[in-house]
Amino acid sequence: MNGTEKIINQVNPYKPEPARIVRAYDLTDDVRFFQVRFADMDLALSFKYEAGQFAMISVLGAGEAPFSISSTPSRPGLLEFCIRKTGVVTDAIFRLKENDFIGVRGPYGTGFPIEMMKGRDILFVMGGLGAAPLRSVLLYCLDDRDHFGRISVLHGAKRPAEMIFRDEFLHLKKRSDLDCYLSVDKDDTGEWTENTGVVTTLFPKVKTIVPENTAAVVCGPPIMYKFVINELIKLNIPKDQILMTLERRMKCGVGKCGHCAIDYIYTCIDGPVFTYWDVLHMRELI
Amino acid sequence: MRIVKLKQDRLNSFLEAVSTDSELWGPVKKGADKHRFKIVDNPAEFDLDYTRTILPPKKIFLPPRFNMFKAMPTAYEEETMDPTKKILFGVHPCDIHGILIMDQFYTQTYNDPYYIRSRENTIILGHSCWPDEHCLCHSTGTDVANEGYDLFFTALNDEYLVWIGSSKGDDLVRIVPELFNEDLSDRDIQNYIRWREDRSKAFKAEINFKAMPDFMELKYRDAVWENLSHACLACGSCSNVCPTCTCYNVNDKPRLSENASDIARCWDACTLESYSEVAGGENFRESRSERLKLYYTHKLQAFISKYGKPACVGCGRCAATCPVGINVKTVAGALDGEEVDAFWSRYATEVTK
Repeated sequence: MNGTEKIINQVNPYKPEPARIVRAYDLTDDVRFFQVRFADMDLALSFKYEAGQFAMISVLGAGEAPFSISSTPSRPGLLEFCIRKTGVVTDAIFRLKENDFIGVRGPYGTGFPIEMMKGRDILFVMGGLGAAPLRSVLLYCLDDRDHFGRISVLHGAKRPAEMIFRDEFLHLKKRSDLDCYLSVDKDDTGEWTENTGVVTTLFPKVKTIVPENTAAVVCGPPIMYKFVINELIKLNIPKDQILMTLERRMKCGVGKCGHCAIDYIYTCIDGPVFTYWDVLHMRELI
Repeated sequence: MRIVKLKQDRLNSFLEAVSTDSELWGPVKKGADKHRFKIVDNPAEFDLDYTRTILPPKKIFLPPRFNMFKAMPTAYEEETMDPTKKILFGVHPCDIHGILIMDQFYTQTYNDPYYIRSRENTIILGHSCWPDEHCLCHSTGTDVANEGYDLFFTALNDEYLVWIGSSKGDDLVRIVPELFNEDLSDRDIQNYIRWREDRSKAFKAEINFKAMPDFMELKYRDAVWENLSHACLACGSCSNVCPTCTCYNVNDKPRLSENASDIARCWDACTLESYSEVAGGENFRESRSERLKLYYTHKLQAFISKYGKPACVGCGRCAATCPVGINVKTVAGALDGEEVDAFWSRYATEVTK
């Protein structure tokens, strides 16, 4: 840096932008949906991101944490997040109401490889809060429906009341251009008309899979991966066409704070979207 | 590169002349046998007969704790960093290499404006050194610095050979040109070459860093990691003292007098228990052995794969600091199959008895 090396001064990548909560409602007992819009109108309209990327959200007095973006970049203007109440930052977010402000910066990380996915059949497998990041790419595919082959969605939750976006997915079942299968581990309402059982029990329902032409997109709690990946491997889907998005502690989102490091990669800039081959290749990814 | 000579008894006159509008930092004795980089009013306070400071120069660029922003309900105000110019004198080659690694790290993919601002505000004046039993810079190839400084002072007899490494360095020399001598004699050159050779022979510790990525890969499940973890105190000292450790944490500290917070950034360490813990309590690296593997994967494997050199500049601070003898020398030695004489290896034998 002594004279010879020129540093291009970008804006401060750590600086959040104020954003207004324009809509907030409960998805389950402990998961709430937030629609937010940058206070700066130009930024709200020009903010570009890819399906699968995440943002850092900060709440005054509580701190900052990473969250998947649940909205699709094909519908610009608003950002959507589904947030589970599970720690200091999320507790504080739950205390906020519509018209309150949060800080948002991003987008960060790699999105899903849309170009690779185009022309292929897409098999979504999601469990629990895994639908939060996958909703972004699912809606993206539906908004650009002609560019993708057959779309199948397997969505599992513990109980009907815990299925996030339940009504949205029930509505998707009515569409003829995708196959949507829902399941709960246990029905405690007596009114559940869909499948009962863990998400892997939905696999037999999926229509013919052409493995080399299929991209599987998976997200769920750590326990789910092992069983779901077994099924996908049984279907002969190539390991580098099994896509997943991972969670890590992050304090910066830009490859500096170190918390999300795994081997020689940072989840925040080299991920959070990885293939199953990455997972096998890099120790301790899941 | 331009090289000039300076009589050693003129050094303080030079430092005084060039630091009139800057803070002057350099090695100062602390306690009986330690040193630290400190601001001085008078360069006579410096003790150049030192091997390593407790903390590397990184503390000057990014202090252990500083505020990044003032957060308010609908705005974020960037904290201005201390604009005072700094001259950092007496930096050894290993620490210059540490600074070069940070320069690269903080300017790739995303710039870190806090680092860049304070780095651009700091002049680096290097100084030659002589190795002790912990110095590994000969193995890491960081025993000599060819860049990363504005001036570099090599002490030979009663003179300094002064390498001018940058335009800013040249400016400093031109403030008091009368103190310097431009004529390098054959004798000076011979003295320097002999000094280099003698110094090369003085290194007592060597590590085969080239083999380390393979060892890290092949010995990932080796018993050595469990053995280390029995003794590791998970205190984070090895990260605090390492010139290439850059991890940090961020906290929101509410102000009591107004509806605002200070967004504070502080040094963190991957050996601390909460390092990989996420909301809800899931901890991706609960055991000390997993966290030690992360530390040494960064130093001995990941960085080498990415940049072709280890994230170790051989300064020996981990060896001088870790209370149970876990350091790059003993860990690399153990991975290389050596019988390591360290507290942790003796302790592991006790535990597994």
